[in-house]
Amino acid sequence: MLQYLLSRLLRAAVSIVMVVTFVFVVLRMSGDPATVIMGADAPPEAIDAFRKAWGLDQPLWVQYFAFFEAVFSGELGRSMRDGRDVVAVVLERVPSTLALTIPAFFVNIAVGIPAGVYAALHRNSLIDRCVMVMAVTGFAVPSFILAMLLVLIFSVTLGWLPSAGQDSWRNAILPIATMGFGGAALLARFTRSAMLEVLGQSYIRTASAKGLPWSAVVWRHALQNAAIPTITIIGFMLGGLVAGAVVVESVFSWPGVGRLLVVSVANRDLAVVQAVVLMIAMTMVAANMVVDVLYGLVDPRMQGQARAARR
Amino acid sequence: MVDATSSPAGTGGSLITRLLSRFATGNRMPLLIVIAILWLVLMLAIAVSADLISPYRFTQMDLRNRLSLPVFMGGSWRHVLGTDELGRDVLSRLITSIRMSLLIAFGATIIGAVIGVTLGFVAAHFRGIVEQAVLALVDFSAAIPFLVLALAVLAFFGNSLVLFVCLLGFHAWERYARIARGLAISGKTHGYAAAVHQLGASPWRLYGRHILPNIASTLIVSMTLAFPEIILLESGLSFLGLGIQPPDTSLGNMVGFGREYLSSAPWIMLAPAFVITVTALCVSLLGDWLRDRLDPTLS
Amino acid sequence: MSGGTAELLEARDLARSYMMHRGFLGRTTQVRAVDGVSLSLSRGETLGLVGESGCGKSTTARLVLGIEPPDEGAVTFDGTAMPRSGTSNWAALRRRMQMVYQDPLQALDKRLTIGAQVAEPLDIHRIGTSAERRERVAAVMAEVGLQPHHAARHPQSLSGGQRQRAVIARALVTNPDLLVCDEPISALDVSIQALVLNLLMDLQERSGMGMLFVSHDLRAVRQISHRVAVMYLGRIVEEGEPDAVLQDPAHPYAQALVSAIPHPGKTAARVILQGDPPNPANRPSGCAFHPRCPVATATCRTEVPVLKPRRSDGRRVACHVAHGEAAPARAPTMLETC
Repeated sequence: MLQYLLSRLLRAAVSIVMVVTFVFVVLRMSGDPATVIMGADAPPEAIDAFRKAWGLDQPLWVQYFAFFEAVFSGELGRSMRDGRDVVAVVLERVPSTLALTIPAFFVNIAVGIPAGVYAALHRNSLIDRCVMVMAVTGFAVPSFILAMLLVLIFSVTLGWLPSAGQDSWRNAILPIATMGFGGAALLARFTRSAMLEVLGQSYIRTASAKGLPWSAVVWRHALQNAAIPTITIIGFMLGGLVAGAVVVESVFSWPGVGRLLVVSVANRDLAVVQAVVLMIAMTMVAANMVVDVLYGLVDPRMQGQARAARR
Repeated sequence: MVDATSSPAGTGGSLITRLLSRFATGNRMPLLIVIAILWLVLMLAIAVSADLISPYRFTQMDLRNRLSLPVFMGGSWRHVLGTDELGRDVLSRLITSIRMSLLIAFGATIIGAVIGVTLGFVAAHFRGIVEQAVLALVDFSAAIPFLVLALAVLAFFGNSLVLFVCLLGFHAWERYARIARGLAISGKTHGYAAAVHQLGASPWRLYGRHILPNIASTLIVSMTLAFPEIILLESGLSFLGLGIQPPDTSLGNMVGFGREYLSSAPWIMLAPAFVITVTALCVSLLGDWLRDRLDPTLS
Repeated sequence: MSGGTAELLEARDLARSYMMHRGFLGRTTQVRAVDGVSLSLSRGETLGLVGESGCGKSTTARLVLGIEPPDEGAVTFDGTAMPRSGTSNWAALRRRMQMVYQDPLQALDKRLTIGAQVAEPLDIHRIGTSAERRERVAAVMAEVGLQPHHAARHPQSLSGGQRQRAVIARALVTNPDLLVCDEPISALDVSIQALVLNLLMDLQERSGMGMLFVSHDLRAVRQISHRVAVMYLGRIVEEGEPDAVLQDPAHPYAQALVSAIPHPGKTAARVILQGDPPNPANRPSGCAFHPRCPVATATCRTEVPVLKPRRSDGRRVACHVAHGEAAPARAPTMLETC
């Protein structure tokens, strides 16, 4: 187990190093980092100070290590728009994003898993068909189109809910619904097939042949075994939630990290972009590691395969 | 063994002949798949003949007929799908956008497959440290949402069509890399590839003439599964205003600009949204069906 | 029987180990698959290599062809040292040394026609014009007993015997000097085995190539070989004329192998081997066969016997008891009475 933990930690560390290296390479390839980060019309003395701080007069490998140091001490430059420290700019947006992603995550689970289980237990019924149609639609309708359809129906036509802004909790309903639907559809499809596979196994037939009531068979045997593969895609879903937040926050003008990223990319406010990318990447790596470790705890058999199964 | 000839699903023959034999047996293909194929053929035909069939140039403005209604909402036949805020014909823009989006999706899918298969083969051929490096890259790109990476690259390098297509090409490369590596290694350790190696074949011949054709059906299925994702990714980035830039137009780009007129002229956005959704749906239905038929091992 | 001046193939003290992993990130153990094998082969000669599965026969075949490098020892082909696998010299040598595989369906590419695959060595080594290649392919296919229309077929639409003929045709299309056959008939129906065996014998007689015939089928080996070597746990334990070795084996392991062949009308007692089947990952000390040997002595447990000619009749055998260096523990088997 210790060995498993260590190997997961090592993989996470390698991923982090690669993320930082990626940002470093992209930054160097796009021009002089000082003008790129500070903006071309920054005062010369500020640019000189930046060059010194980042060691831009040093050889490249020194810069590389200096960049690591800067990343881990949180010195990622200042926003071009208001000159504030980018880490502060990003961090103040985090609660808004979490206010969407955490409820959306619970919607995913609360809708997706019961729908998948129900569909699997009533295979080929009307509800099963509906769940499958919703699941396939959930993949094919991109979140920005779903978001706009919801706005068209609930804001423009019916006038029930606001379409943009962050004035009250009612603003959050449509964004959460948009993000919840896509993930719930994916999860329902996955849970259904995991359940169907488990229900076809011989130990389920044995359990029901022993005379156990069907509800007990489902609860005690089928659900617990189907849960194991289902956990594996939760790490995958986190990535979907982050990507979803980028799009959905933009559609609903929700002042979260995703909208900050899109606006900064459009304005080429690169210090902010860099900080957001590093933060999202590190969060994702950490989350994936936690999921893998949890998975190893739930099912020690899978320690070697956890990674492979999720890919 | 002897009766293998009589089975059309035998592993032999080219992918095409096997598909043709599927079509020949006809009645086994579900109606939904027939509809999906017809829709995709229609889209391809539109993309190929875009210049011939579009009623106006997609940039041509008709300022007297701005935001005119489409026919099904009571508009005139002059502009079947209505016009946008500058009086540009929505149908003509839709046709041009279909061509642009399909072109990008095809280009990016092929780039992704080439990059992925090449790296997968390189990993399988050299093993050792090279393989570990490729696997670390695979890990890396599996760990971070591709949309975020793409946004970062676009922010730093600005935007051009070529860069945009290449960037989208990196989507899903790691899937091809894993498939190509796994199948190449299993082919090399036992069987035909080891035999061809013993014949003195160069790596080019081994991978190009023997291993690649043997894994082609798996790769084509994966490409079909990745294609709709690229359509969605392209339209998502263009929707955010970070993909295709005006005066060029793509499906996502149209939805993005139509968003501002959502309350007054929803038809600008609904037509491309419909095309995006139905096309993604059809390709993924077809991909699922192909996977079940040709390569059930792929999950 | 041996022809030319220099031996076609010489292998000296070949050894090859593999690392075996156990469990997730578990320990690795070293497995010595081949442990000091020397053999030689001249033109027009067939050397049969027999032994149980896992005794290192197939590894020896791959080492001899240079497909993988030996950890120790060296292979000399026609007077020159074997180049490293994958180098251009090694690849060029392939036209002179070819291989026939156990499972012909696996050895053939399912996506190419038989004709294209038989022609492939000519394409690889750029031999002849395309017309000459076509002619050569047709000739060699006729030679192995395939019909011209088989050229357009795919492997899975042929029978097992036809596939193996196709593999043999591909191997012979460049007129090689050495043919290595790794269990070439064991995957075939019994009725086909004799046909393929006869085909190989005919082809060798006509072309005068050297042949290494690896098999666990003693009767096939006896029929086709000019010389036989018996392997046990990575070593050759006995070597000699097939009639001598397979009629009157000197090594207790060879005796056990031979006694296991069923003979119609003969009810001789079989030598039943005791103890565990051999495990190359856990090689016994001394003579590797001693835990299962009915006549093992104390010397056998500590000293590794050397393969050398027996004083009485010159048979090459690696056994302390056969050489009379150690007194047998019991009366040397019932075999001598039958």
